[in-house]
Amino acid sequence: MNWFTKLLPSRIRTEGGSKKSVPEGLWAKCTCCGAVLYRAELERNDDVCPKCDHHMRIGARRRLESFLDEDTGIEIGSELKPVDALKFRDLKKYKDRITQAQKTTNESDALIVMHGEVKGLPLVVAAFEFRFMGGSMGSVVGERFVRAVNFCLQHNIPLVCFSASGGARMQEALFSLMQMAKTSAALTKLSQRGIPFISVMTDPTMGGVSASLAMLGDLNLAEPNALIGFAGPRVIEQTVRETLPEGFQRSEFLLEHGAIDMIVDRRDMRDKIARILSIMTHKTAH
Amino acid sequence: MNLNFLDFEQPIAELEAKIEELRFVGSDTEVNISDEISRLQAKSRDLTESIFSGLKSAQISQLARHPQRPYFLDYVSRIFTDFEELHGDRAFADDKAIVGGLARFEDKPVMVIGQQKGRDTKEKVQRNFGMPRPEGYRKALRLLEMAERFKLPVFTFIDTPGAYPGVGAEERGQSEAIARNLFVMSKLKTPIISTVIGEGGSGGALAIGVCDRLLMLQYSTYSVISPEGCASILWKSAEKAADAAEAMGLTAPRLKELGLVDRIVAEPLGGAHRDVEVMADSLKLTLHETLETLEALPLDKLLEQRYQRLMSYGNFTE
Repeated sequence: MNWFTKLLPSRIRTEGGSKKSVPEGLWAKCTCCGAVLYRAELERNDDVCPKCDHHMRIGARRRLESFLDEDTGIEIGSELKPVDALKFRDLKKYKDRITQAQKTTNESDALIVMHGEVKGLPLVVAAFEFRFMGGSMGSVVGERFVRAVNFCLQHNIPLVCFSASGGARMQEALFSLMQMAKTSAALTKLSQRGIPFISVMTDPTMGGVSASLAMLGDLNLAEPNALIGFAGPRVIEQTVRETLPEGFQRSEFLLEHGAIDMIVDRRDMRDKIARILSIMTHKTAH
Repeated sequence: MNLNFLDFEQPIAELEAKIEELRFVGSDTEVNISDEISRLQAKSRDLTESIFSGLKSAQISQLARHPQRPYFLDYVSRIFTDFEELHGDRAFADDKAIVGGLARFEDKPVMVIGQQKGRDTKEKVQRNFGMPRPEGYRKALRLLEMAERFKLPVFTFIDTPGAYPGVGAEERGQSEAIARNLFVMSKLKTPIISTVIGEGGSGGALAIGVCDRLLMLQYSTYSVISPEGCASILWKSAEKAADAAEAMGLTAPRLKELGLVDRIVAEPLGGAHRDVEVMADSLKLTLHETLETLEALPLDKLLEQRYQRLMSYGNFTE
């Protein structure tokens, strides 16, 4: 405590113990500009900071609900549950990690799929839950993605996927690597049938997810300033032993290097995708 | 310490050194010590057998990266004829970490593609330690599509620590290059046989490894991340690599048990580097049998089986 703080009467001191007096969750701090934001206002703004336009990470279910037309979403593949077939154990058992992730996220695994409508256009939409073990892709994620594709094939409707993932789930060892091949193979069927797949990469989309389904969109979109790449920046830094260029592996960097079609603000996402899909499918959106 | 032997092989190295010594003595004395030499040789063989019968995953991982392990081109020259290497991705560069070209396999026209590590320092750098960049994967893609066009069965050989984690590789779309190969290989209209000959490192390995049949040499490894990488993330210490190797089950027998690998090709006693000729011969025989099975299938059936095989990967309940 410095001399100035000491001078102040305790009721107007803002540091230290006074933090506890603010009710949990009423205020949020922008992780980019540090602005203190009223939570309800932030949510109305799709978790985009009204001060600096920083796109904060949002949960999969909220993403799907705000993306789809109201009350149109019906979940696909929720009956699929993860199992620890390898009895994998690092510092913790994989089984316990699953249970813990399920408790904190209230989800059974890291990908949620729904079919529904966006501006009246029927589609299937998948979203990664990053808080579930870093959005890592294991068997359930792979299988749910395939079911999403199959639903599209069955009903001849497009697929949109919002990815947010650290990559393959190490605890499922080689099975998780094979999900890259599995999901990519499924996408060949959409392509053969001329059914659009729009991949939206959000912060972060790395490793095995980036190097499979996320980069295989007919259109690859990204939210602003999302970290997208194959190898993690720390790994690259250790390998090349130099500091990485400013903005490396960010959406704007990918756009400049030709890896993505466009960067879309989250608040425009519904309009933008509906407009694009209506062109690709020769239908009209309202 | 003999550098041709790994740490866990040191007892064998000591015996071999003794045999060498005796041979040296034997050549300039009249004492007949050939009996003693053959006794020691038998002992060395027994010792090797006993050490190699109980290898840990981490030790197999060392064997897979043995500096003398035969690399892709060592097999190409022994298994294929008329190999014509083709260069470049037609867009940026020729990546020497991936080599590919037209060849004949027992007179049959085929395409071969593999990751290539370097033997000496200069070649290691040139080959980028077997870590491909996007242009390598795009060269492979070009050759894969060519194989489809000219109805050539494809043999791929996997031996890489992983795709190269570099600034340029990211700028040129490492993720997309890998993803595109997975996409194209899963529907390529020609048989694909992949063999892990050394290290099968992650997405960088899989990018030439989507196939109809997956073979692994006995002491090769295949995993989603290197044991060191896995240990540093999950155990927060790269020193736990041995534990990570064990937990991931990256060895051929374990992966066969899990149904991810179709056949294991046995290696000569002590590993492929102890007898490259024998190794190449038995690999050739296995490749021959595997290709024969695949060629007996009509193309649509082959593709359907490949697709179903890919869809079957994974463990879950419902």
